[in-house]
Amino acid sequence: MKYKTILGIIAAIIFMIISASAYTIDETEQVIVTQFNKIIGSTHKDPGLYFKLPFFQKANYFPKNLLEWDGVPGQIPTLEKTYIWIDTFARWKIVEAVQFFETVNNIETARRRLDDIIDPAVRNLITSNKLIEIVRTGNQKLYGIDEKHHKAYSIQAGRKEISKSILRQAQPKLKKFGIELVDVQIKRINYVEQVRKSVYGRMIAERKQIAEKFRSEGQGESRKILGEKERELKKISSEAYKTAQKVMGQADAKATKIYADAYGKDADFYSFMKTLDIYSTTLENSSLILSTDSEFLKYLTGYSIEK
Amino acid sequence: MNWDWDKLKQQQQNKNNIPPQMDEFLNKIKGLKFPGSSIILILVIVAIFFATSTFYTVKVDEVGVVQRFGKFVRYSYPGLNFKLPAGIEKVTKVKTKRVFKEEFGVQTVRNNEFSRFASGSENINATLMLTGDLNVALVPWIVQFKIKEPYDYLFNVRDVKRLLMDLAEASMRLVVGDRSISSIITKREEISIVAKDVLQEELNKAKTGIHIVTIEMKKTDVPRPVQPSLNEVNQAIQEKEEMIYNAKKDYNQAIPAAKGEADRTIKTAEGYALDRINRAEGDAFRFIDQYESYKNAKDITKKRIFLETMKTVFPKLGAKFIIDKDQKNFLPLLNLDKQNGGAK
Repeated sequence: MKYKTILGIIAAIIFMIISASAYTIDETEQVIVTQFNKIIGSTHKDPGLYFKLPFFQKANYFPKNLLEWDGVPGQIPTLEKTYIWIDTFARWKIVEAVQFFETVNNIETARRRLDDIIDPAVRNLITSNKLIEIVRTGNQKLYGIDEKHHKAYSIQAGRKEISKSILRQAQPKLKKFGIELVDVQIKRINYVEQVRKSVYGRMIAERKQIAEKFRSEGQGESRKILGEKERELKKISSEAYKTAQKVMGQADAKATKIYADAYGKDADFYSFMKTLDIYSTTLENSSLILSTDSEFLKYLTGYSIEK
Repeated sequence: MNWDWDKLKQQQQNKNNIPPQMDEFLNKIKGLKFPGSSIILILVIVAIFFATSTFYTVKVDEVGVVQRFGKFVRYSYPGLNFKLPAGIEKVTKVKTKRVFKEEFGVQTVRNNEFSRFASGSENINATLMLTGDLNVALVPWIVQFKIKEPYDYLFNVRDVKRLLMDLAEASMRLVVGDRSISSIITKREEISIVAKDVLQEELNKAKTGIHIVTIEMKKTDVPRPVQPSLNEVNQAIQEKEEMIYNAKKDYNQAIPAAKGEADRTIKTAEGYALDRINRAEGDAFRFIDQYESYKNAKDITKKRIFLETMKTVFPKLGAKFIIDKDQKNFLPLLNLDKQNGGAK
């Protein structure tokens, strides 16, 4: 029994030594081993099982993956002195764990360093740029905005460029902490309360103007259609008139030709027939003075036998 | 979903002290130090503990990520799976088939557990955005995503979900910031497509292992104080359409009538033409027939026709005055106005 207990104790001690000397590194971690706060060897970046001296050496863990920094949002005036509310965030990594360990030691301190460096960089770039540069990224056409107003909204740099500039300003200052700043991005921009009110006023005026524009467009369009109607009506009636006149003219010509062809056979006979025809239709109830030497009455004065 | 976040967080908190596996070891050692009635009993318990930690199941919509001493070794797939006991191998299950959803401004402003800024103010409203023409728009949207690469998802970024939310906001503002208020209100579809691409690109750059399924735009609007004037715009659009509609109606009513009228004019003219030609032809036939018979006995026929005509004409005449051929200059004596002159 006693032998067994001793064996148990020995086993327990061995266990303790092993567990104090073995440590694992996760995929997301890196480790610096220290001995009485002195760094031993290089940074262990590969995940897996590692051993160190028990009790004397300590494994210090640092994240290896992408970390987030969230900026303190605040009011910053832009170049044209418009106060905006801006919220930024950044992504960073511990690339030199030893440097990081020596200079800032832990994530919380690192966050404060990042605050100290990124916030002023953001402020610098916002105050030295116009609002439109921060809002827009490209110069693509704005739907519903007239070509001539476009110039007011065109940009030189744009949001992406400004983000890059912030990064360029902040990055070198973080190198000495073993930190790599991956990017800085603008999450939110808004007008501050007071500015927003006047912007809303402007928007309302703009909307009203747009409404007016639609109305006058409607009027214009409807007048155009009515004008087209008038034109079409005139066109239809005049074309019909033209066709009708043409048809009638052709018929007249044809009739004339028919008459000419027929009557041309004997013009004298035609005039004789036609004259008689006219007599019978026109001479109604009219007075007539006839001389007896007319062909018709020549017999009234007697007749002579032709020789 | 929450459970593996909690787990990750917990794990991250632990890493500065002792890894969780170490804890278990220590506990076991403590157990051995004070051998009670039976060491064997403890050994059995430990053995059972190890045995039960060697198998696990992966659900249909999951993938298991197995790490040996923290190092990624393999994926495991749905069904019953085996691994080395706890302390050596660890499995994290990731739901790769499930579509997760993040809402921005649809339900509420997001829970600002992590954020350091003051809540409650309209300044932090996720939906309030500046547009390319420096107006303010309300843009609520929903991001649906899947975990495509469990390795990247678990290991590359410290707080993936938070990064996703921040990037989603930044991307959406990037897209909205390049468009006018009018296009944001009317062209939501286009915005969701562009925003999806921008966000996916950012997520790929950060190697998050997240695949965006869709970005769904909810009703975009102008801020509340501006809404009445927007309604006025909509009303004006209606009015415009109505005016055009009425004009078109007018047009459509007038034109067919005019066409009918035109047809009538032409038909009338054609009728005239037919009439004219037929009459001419009729006259011509008649004349030719008369002429044909006349030309055989010209003199006598002419006389006959003349006399026949006179016979019909004379009775219809009014006053007739017959004057001898030698009589001249009598006309001043006659009252020609008198229709039924006494002298007959």
